[in-house]
Amino acid sequence: MTHRSAKDPAPVLALRGVSKSFGAVRALRDVSLELFPGEVHALAGENGAGKSTLIKTLAGVHRPDAGQVLLDGEPALFHGPADARDAGIAVIYQEPTLFPDLSIAENIFMGRQPRRALGRIDHRATRNATAALMHRLGVELDPDRPARGLSIADQQIVEIAKALSFDARVLIMDEPTAALTGSEVARLFGVVRALREQGAAVLFISHRLEEIFRICERVTTLRDGALIASEPLAGMTEEDLVRRMVGRDLDELYPKQDVEAGEVALSVRRLTREGVFTDVSFEVRCGEIVGMAGLVGAGRTEVARAVFGIDRWDAGEVEVAGQALVNGAPSTAMAAGLALVPEDRRAQGLVMGMSIERNIGLTGLRATRRAGLMDRGAERSRSLDWAVRLQVKYARIADAVSTLSGGNQQKVVLAKWLATGPAVLIVDEPTRGIDVGTKAEVHRLLSALAADGVAVLMISSDLPEILGMADRVLVMHEGRLTAEISRSDATEETVMAAATGRAAA
Amino acid sequence: MADSALARAVRWDTVVGALLIVVLLLSFGFVDGFGNALNLSFLIGNTLPIALIALPMTLLVVSGEIDLSVASTAGLSGAVMGALWNQGLPIEAIIPLCLLLGVVCGLVNGLLVTRLGLPSLAVTIGTLAAYRGIAQIVLGSDAVTDFPSPYLDFAAGRIGDTFVPYALLPFLALLAVAVLALHAKPFGRSLFATGANEEAARFAGVRVKRQKLILFTVTGLMASLTGVFWALHYASARFDNATGLELSVVAAVLLGGIDFDGGKGTLGGAIAGVFLLGALQNVMSLGDVSAQSQIVVTGVLLVLSVLGPRVGRQISVARAGRRAASAPTPARTPTP
Repeated sequence: MTHRSAKDPAPVLALRGVSKSFGAVRALRDVSLELFPGEVHALAGENGAGKSTLIKTLAGVHRPDAGQVLLDGEPALFHGPADARDAGIAVIYQEPTLFPDLSIAENIFMGRQPRRALGRIDHRATRNATAALMHRLGVELDPDRPARGLSIADQQIVEIAKALSFDARVLIMDEPTAALTGSEVARLFGVVRALREQGAAVLFISHRLEEIFRICERVTTLRDGALIASEPLAGMTEEDLVRRMVGRDLDELYPKQDVEAGEVALSVRRLTREGVFTDVSFEVRCGEIVGMAGLVGAGRTEVARAVFGIDRWDAGEVEVAGQALVNGAPSTAMAAGLALVPEDRRAQGLVMGMSIERNIGLTGLRATRRAGLMDRGAERSRSLDWAVRLQVKYARIADAVSTLSGGNQQKVVLAKWLATGPAVLIVDEPTRGIDVGTKAEVHRLLSALAADGVAVLMISSDLPEILGMADRVLVMHEGRLTAEISRSDATEETVMAAATGRAAA
Repeated sequence: MADSALARAVRWDTVVGALLIVVLLLSFGFVDGFGNALNLSFLIGNTLPIALIALPMTLLVVSGEIDLSVASTAGLSGAVMGALWNQGLPIEAIIPLCLLLGVVCGLVNGLLVTRLGLPSLAVTIGTLAAYRGIAQIVLGSDAVTDFPSPYLDFAAGRIGDTFVPYALLPFLALLAVAVLALHAKPFGRSLFATGANEEAARFAGVRVKRQKLILFTVTGLMASLTGVFWALHYASARFDNATGLELSVVAAVLLGGIDFDGGKGTLGGAIAGVFLLGALQNVMSLGDVSAQSQIVVTGVLLVLSVLGPRVGRQISVARAGRRAASAPTPARTPTP
């Protein structure tokens, strides 16, 4: 904070003409950005627009292929996140990672605790320093409280306090509000304003446009890795911002066909898993795409896991095409025609060291066997068939799936499940972390599947995706289904209201 | 591209197979008393206990688990066999009872691991001690040696003057079954998937717990079969039969290229590892190396076989890292 001079606003941190490529993907193309002290600056763009790469470049995780990072007007070369942190740049992530068994104070001063004689940790000094930080943020949190059990909002406060303890002059907040309730957002914004008044520069990323307008002074918009505009927010409308972000016909990204809904294919009745979700009932019909929205941690993924049989449910029932499913048995769910594309493709969707062929083959071991033995030829032709249909880009079908890009890995997961010929397809965050082009392909695919009579349940935290693709939107909040909104009534406002529990539906 | 083709050509299990051939050729050439049919039949007969247990152990390690209680299960089976023989039961009834006991021992391990979710390493160290203790309670310090001679002859004898022990034939049949199970049946593919990523295997509908329970049970069965074979082969049922055999089995299996972390390896490699270890032990015995020193060699081999593939992998990663220093591969960096 010592370098600040309010009368002479020079950018504390800037990017000049930065480009960054990963293989064939150009994540950033000649992007420039200036962050001024005492300013909250929004970074807007769709998923895959290059926001994460930009943040990681500022934070010293990536080094630019071309262009410069300027710190106080001087070129800075960060060899890693530690360099950036020492330069006063801190990143607050959506889901902080604290040591759950240590206290708030210990978390903040981990590895650099104040010492007393003989190298013993000075607990009182640690505690007092933490209390002072909380006071600066205007937040009441007991320094001695263990991190376990803190809400995500409180954990973020701890991360911010930690950043302050490093004398951070630039705070980068990557979707900090995604998992927060309305009142928690209000408190976070109070903290952000306090930081701004103390002269910090804040780079704020959010998918919620109204938040950008509430807290930020300027906005930089990225699209497909390129800088679209960097301008004051005053005088702009949400529509202006969306146009800069999307820059294309929305119908192209969300090619939803109108399909007449048929028979009920998936029926979930009063499903409860104690402490996780309660009394969840819904139906999905053949030909329908039903979106499931909600904040992170609202219980959507947990419902999907229980329906598919990964976790057991405590009460309720699930039917697929009129056939009751066995509690906790994925293999019987599969036999009944259910498929689940899980949210974490690396940990749950794929065996990364196995070949593309065998990953797709894993769901067809029974279908392709002959006389009890595996039929390698049948396995290969089944896998090839689906890899080609989904236009997976690979060198050889026998290559490890880890050699593929994220988007192509996701296509392999889809191929693996479509090859089972499911009647009901549950997709959990189907386009998370994949590029815009592949995203549009996945959407086309889901739409085509629905047109073929498959019942699709699509869990997504990407609101435009939900609004663009779903015939109906189910919204979960704190383990309960709080709203069911028709396509015509679904807007960003109605869905978010239900997801944050602001409206009783 | 050329690098990965090369890497595939020189897989670890191929290396071990080649090493086995080299050791055999050198022993034929330079070790007195090695190359005759009688010694070779001893080599095979003495290695069979390791080989028998290595079959299910390979499948178990591929699926990401391990069973260290196998030698104690074998010892317990031998002890029960001796005790029942002393009671006057016919051998035809005793052997099935011993095998049933092995099934129970394996089932206990399997249930503790799958139902209670305990790590198999800890569970089977516990049952390693427990089963051996029961064996001592059952038989005390007795040694039972007077089993019927047709059985003893089968377990210790060889076909004519050839190097082929009778017992090799049923082993080859079991080997064929194990190869089919691991490399040709859907079951085996599921094991590889489970060992590499258990979570992803569950999400693909693999019944992971059932699969592991089956494996632990079969391992118990094979361990008790080994215990029966051991007592007959050496014409001695004692509570401490096969003590330390788990070390040899695990060393041989890892030596054969089965990844301790699961998901990788072949039965061919494991069996090559078993007979490489067996050949080394035979050569050391011929050279009057003490049993204690042989255990040291086995232990060192165990460490080396875990270390070897890892060092190799790190070298290749370092190479790839240097190559890719200027341009990161797209696979490792998902788009922002």
